[in-house]
Amino acid sequence: MEKLFTLNIVTENNIGLLNHVTIVFTRRHLNIRSITASESKIKDIYTYTIVVKTTEELIGKVAKQLEKLIGVYKVFVYEDHELIHQELALYKLPISAIKSGINIEEIVREHSARILDIETEYILIEKTGHKEDTQKLLKALQPFGVLQFIRSGRVAMAKPMKSLDEHLLEKENAYTYSNT
Amino acid sequence: MATTTQTTKEKPAQQKNKIMNGADSVIQSLITEGVETVFGYPGGAIMPIYDSLYQSGSKLRHILTRHEQGATHSAQGFAKVSGKPGVVFATSGPGATNLVTGLSNAMIDSTPMVCITGQVASHLLGFDAFQETDIVGISMPVTKWNYQVTKAEEIPEAIAKAFYIATSGRPGPVLIDITKDAQLGAVENYEYKKATKVPSYFPYPKLDMEKLREAANLINNAKKPLVLAGQGITISGAEEELKTFANRTGIPVAATLFGLTAFPSRHPLSVGMLGMHGNYAPNIKTNEADLIIAIGMRFDDRVTGDTSRYAINAKVIHIDIDASEIDKNIKADVAVISDAKKALIKLNELVQKNNFEEWLAEFRKLEDIETKAVIDLDIHPKGNEIKMAEVVHEVSEQTNGEAIAVSDVGQNQMMTARYYKFVNPKSIVTSGGLGTMGFGLPAAIGAKLGSPDRQVVVFIGDGGFQMTIQELATAWHYKIPVKIVLLNNSCLGMVRQWQQLFFDERYACTIMTNPDFIKISEGFGLEAIKVTERKDLKKAISKMLDSEGPYLLEVSVEKIDNVFPMVPSGASVSEMMLKA
Repeated sequence: MEKLFTLNIVTENNIGLLNHVTIVFTRRHLNIRSITASESKIKDIYTYTIVVKTTEELIGKVAKQLEKLIGVYKVFVYEDHELIHQELALYKLPISAIKSGINIEEIVREHSARILDIETEYILIEKTGHKEDTQKLLKALQPFGVLQFIRSGRVAMAKPMKSLDEHLLEKENAYTYSNT
Repeated sequence: MATTTQTTKEKPAQQKNKIMNGADSVIQSLITEGVETVFGYPGGAIMPIYDSLYQSGSKLRHILTRHEQGATHSAQGFAKVSGKPGVVFATSGPGATNLVTGLSNAMIDSTPMVCITGQVASHLLGFDAFQETDIVGISMPVTKWNYQVTKAEEIPEAIAKAFYIATSGRPGPVLIDITKDAQLGAVENYEYKKATKVPSYFPYPKLDMEKLREAANLINNAKKPLVLAGQGITISGAEEELKTFANRTGIPVAATLFGLTAFPSRHPLSVGMLGMHGNYAPNIKTNEADLIIAIGMRFDDRVTGDTSRYAINAKVIHIDIDASEIDKNIKADVAVISDAKKALIKLNELVQKNNFEEWLAEFRKLEDIETKAVIDLDIHPKGNEIKMAEVVHEVSEQTNGEAIAVSDVGQNQMMTARYYKFVNPKSIVTSGGLGTMGFGLPAAIGAKLGSPDRQVVVFIGDGGFQMTIQELATAWHYKIPVKIVLLNNSCLGMVRQWQQLFFDERYACTIMTNPDFIKISEGFGLEAIKVTERKDLKKAISKMLDSEGPYLLEVSVEKIDNVFPMVPSGASVSEMMLKA
């Protein structure tokens, strides 16, 4: 059965590594739903957050292939219930939306969004949340003529209390660098 | 033109005092790394490296293959027999793209190879400059690691990393792409330090003794166990440890294609080759075994057939250095992620002798069936036409199984695997995973250079021969005494076999009108003879083996000859057919 999986891929900061990572998905004919790259708390170590829908069996194989790449330290695979995750969405509405008499402020408050910017021509709203939440706001704003909508990839953190340093140390201790 | 002459004359004097440039550091790094042989082909973007090579004297031997693909296959032949990484030079653009087949081949067959490509100057990257191609992008899926160097001072470290990564853990190919300005840039304070560690690269898993004890427990309680020996045995140098394991436990040992030299074919516990065209007994018995002990192998689909009907009565112990191979194709009941040698040394302390005489006798019974149904007819055929198998068998007899047997791909390859009776480790050179036609000839050239004291015989079909035939010039140029056995059936035999068996004899594009291979070979300077009748075969083989230089023996073999037994594509190993 296919499920949604979120991968946290801990990597070096190298040119081309993201390409290397995505090739592993391409080879398995997997479509990446969202992707985010970000610095971690450790200098020069990055985390890619990738969301895919696939089977548990396949994601396990993909994770092992990813972890084999030089430049990848560690791959974590999570299902939604193991995560706190967020996405950020931006909505641009024409200023005429306000003039039309609707209460933008009320909608914003209802959806726990915020107004980021108001210019003479447009109004920009920001909302952070799960995809369903940002989607819901989009639907609510749709009647007023949304000029532009954009949503970031997912960023996610696992619930278990174990630091990245501990994970990396654990991995390091399971291997040696020479065969003698 | 006087000025030109003058400039040329002045050059050596100037260069005596010149400071080291990136190209010099490439050559110096390779020498320090212990490289003695490089296979390659020059071109615009790699000229500074060739110039440094020229000036470095004779410490590094360069073999000019006649095509970059040939260089990669030669490097692989070299690596397979010597255990050292093969090294390749190529220029940018087409030179680099010609490496791709060889890189893929080395990747899937775990062959250590270091390719160094020239690249256009860094300020031209991305501008579609002459002979610019994104080889780093292209080669990403087919290299263990690749890297583009744009600064001269980065070169020694990149090369050190390349050798460490190519040769450690599960070996594989790496590619270093060096821009022309990096080759020409100054390297101050040159220092080459061999790499002993690369962050985020974890080559050697520590042995999990708990898992090993679980494995030993299964082994000691098994009634019908079978060892599947793969290339991991050869790569880790665990041939002796495997012998000890077999002798200590009495468990029969079957081999994958690359595992053929992991365990001597004449050992009383050897039960032959696994897979689509392997031996009858180990395939059939795979589904009767109650324990499969897979060591340094990856359950390739040519070995397993239909995975849902594979090892149906068995628990599976999988020992492999690459964690991503565990459960990839066949689910392991006990996985030991480890170098094969390390695991076997410890495992040998935990296992005990059991009586598997009856179990072994069942293999022998099936062997007899295969001998009568296939082998006897293959090596002592009744018809007039010469069969591929009898040629390989005769070479095996005359070399006492001690030669390095290289093969191309197709029927010639399976016949070599089936009928060359290997006795020594590191003796099989073939394109296993990728099935690269054209691999044989250049690989044989590399194998001879990697192991100059051993006889190197290559079995090639007429199809594959024509894919890299230009490498005859390399053999001739450097007087590399490879013995080429051309099994000429005037068709693409393996594809034709499938067409006969599974496509109702519709021979689409597999029947060939061939050139005169003797004339061609003689044109390349080789001694060449052709055998068309059985009575001349033995003598011709013996003459070839006694010859001094590179030599071609063309044998006209039966056209409608098939490799049997066979596990048809999609069938279970226990459905292996002895005949059509």
